Amino acid sequence: MSWLVPLPVILPLTGAGLALAFTRHPRAQRIISVVTLTLVLIVAVSLLSLADDTPLVVDVGGWAAPVGISLVADRLASLMLSVSAAVTLCVLLYSLAQGLADGDEETPVAIYHPTYLVLVAGVANTFLSGDLFNLYVGFEILLLASFVLLTLGGTVARIRSGSIYVIVAVVSSMIFLVAIALVYSAAGTLNLAHLAERLPEIDPGTRLVLQLMLLIAFAIKAAVFPMSAWLPDSYPTAPAPVTAVFAGLLTKVGIYAMMRTQTLLFAEGRVDNLLMWAALATMLVGILGAVAQTDIKRLLSFTLVSHIGYMVFGISLSSQAGLAAAIFYVVHHITVQTSLFLVVGLIERRGGSTSLTRLGGLSKAAPLLAVLFFVPAMSLSGIPPFSGFLGKVGLLQAGIENGSILALVLVVGGVVVSLLTLYVIVKAWNQAFWQGIPEGLPSTRLPGGMVGPTAALVALGLALTIFAGPLFGYAERAAGDMRAQTPYIDSVFSRGDRGEGESPEAAP
Amino acid sequence: MLEAPNLVLLVVIATLFAGGVYLLLERSLSRVLIGIILLSNGANLFMLVVSGPPGGAPIVGLTAEEQMSDPLPQAMVLTAIVITLGMSAFILAMAYRSWQLNRHDEVQDDLEDRRLARLAATDQDVESTPGQDGRLATLDQEAAEARDEVAEMLTTGVEAGDQE
Repeated sequence: MSWLVPLPVILPLTGAGLALAFTRHPRAQRIISVVTLTLVLIVAVSLLSLADDTPLVVDVGGWAAPVGISLVADRLASLMLSVSAAVTLCVLLYSLAQGLADGDEETPVAIYHPTYLVLVAGVANTFLSGDLFNLYVGFEILLLASFVLLTLGGTVARIRSGSIYVIVAVVSSMIFLVAIALVYSAAGTLNLAHLAERLPEIDPGTRLVLQLMLLIAFAIKAAVFPMSAWLPDSYPTAPAPVTAVFAGLLTKVGIYAMMRTQTLLFAEGRVDNLLMWAALATMLVGILGAVAQTDIKRLLSFTLVSHIGYMVFGISLSSQAGLAAAIFYVVHHITVQTSLFLVVGLIERRGGSTSLTRLGGLSKAAPLLAVLFFVPAMSLSGIPPFSGFLGKVGLLQAGIENGSILALVLVVGGVVVSLLTLYVIVKAWNQAFWQGIPEGLPSTRLPGGMVGPTAALVALGLALTIFAGPLFGYAERAAGDMRAQTPYIDSVFSRGDRGEGESPEAAP
Repeated sequence: MLEAPNLVLLVVIATLFAGGVYLLLERSLSRVLIGIILLSNGANLFMLVVSGPPGGAPIVGLTAEEQMSDPLPQAMVLTAIVITLGMSAFILAMAYRSWQLNRHDEVQDDLEDRRLARLAATDQDVESTPGQDGRLATLDQEAAEARDEVAEMLTTGVEAGDQE
């Protein structure tokens, strides 16, 4: 069944080409995009169940593993792939309904669809890649697509925030590229499984430099403090569905890359203390920024930064429990953060603004909207029994298990930040949903096509709560595999020191 | 057998990186673009230099196996060049669009920073006695005098988020 592995990359790219060919036929474009993403979701879910037995590997072009590029769908990759496929499909349906309701002015469909599909292909390529340079290419694909989506329409505000985003992204790519050059010159290979075998043999000082450079490149993408200032500036100005998919997915791609490299390449955990400090600072600075905001989009962007800290905390613990909790938290956060941004898009339509000072009385005016906001918001702030609470409990348990003073400080910090998130959310709830209905509240009806996908994502968030047991079990098995390393390496090098495929003349 | 890399190339790489970083810190987007091009050329050259000694074309039958250069970094550099080309085209388009809209292509300050700078400058104005030498005394006041879209937005009554 390993022929399924490249499909999450190939399908959206093919779809993007087709959508580009049908620029003048919006209806055909819509059908192409929806069909493509539905197929990707089906493939991703089947990979999810197949990878639970053994990681699936494809050697691209028939070149055996250390020579050619390999695509690997292990438990972590296919879990991330499934969540991202579900989220991107919901956001696409939402943006279609928005385009239909607004006459396509807000989201120029002609370029929106191909770019969106390329973004999905880039994200899938990053998750599946078993090769450091291919990881870089995946990053660039999704970055270039995100540039176009962020500056859609080229308005003053979007060009302003876009230029900051583009420059930061390009600089982080440069750092990544230089790090790749150094890794290649130090180890002579870029295949992740091969690197896992070779890197422990090189000089520890050199290894530390490589680890730090890769971490910096990924930390900029994941918006870890002090490299997080670009995010609240650039995300809020984009159209609501674009912000939603960026907030949900793009930072998590950076987190995924950190998880992969920290467990597979640099498993001895030499920068754990540094990562813990970074996690604590990210949590605190992010949430304090959110406290000061009066615009609900900016407020959510700051909570996004803050909650990246929890995932970094899970990675920095270097234990199976910590990693499992971090994986669960990533899945929860992708779903919840995306649905919150979609709800904010609905709030903007219904209330005519995203400024908390101008909104009010929405719980009376639009009770369904209030429910849709309330459920993911409570999940984000970690109120039992929602998935955010379960993820946080897992992280705190792993932190206490670790037992070092710094880990305990982080446990306390995690609880404080969780309470502050609740404070921020309650403040937003108070100002936007309670209070009297302000004068001049538009009497628009929300299109059902936009409410539907939002409700589906909220329901997915609830499903994560209900099926938290099996999901946590899956995350624990994934974390166990990653800590052990051997399942990944053995499945890439299925014939001892080579993968499947032809490379008879290659040097050993 | 390890050969020391070519010193001239190393100096060139260092110059490219230094110039690139300097230009990256400029306010104008076109200078930033030149900085990015310099940086990426530096990074590509760096990858070629560190990835092994130079040799002949890696084609079987044309070069003896021991004298071949490693083709993989060359393929990677080629990919990186293409990616940088796409990025540069996009940034150029963005700089032009920014010039169309604003008559300048500056990478603008964060709106929040601007608002904070204005608040700080207001405090300074209240505290300081009027009628001094007319020069802008502090960093805060100077920051508030730089190109200021917040003031324009306040006067026109439009907020950044509403300009879509």
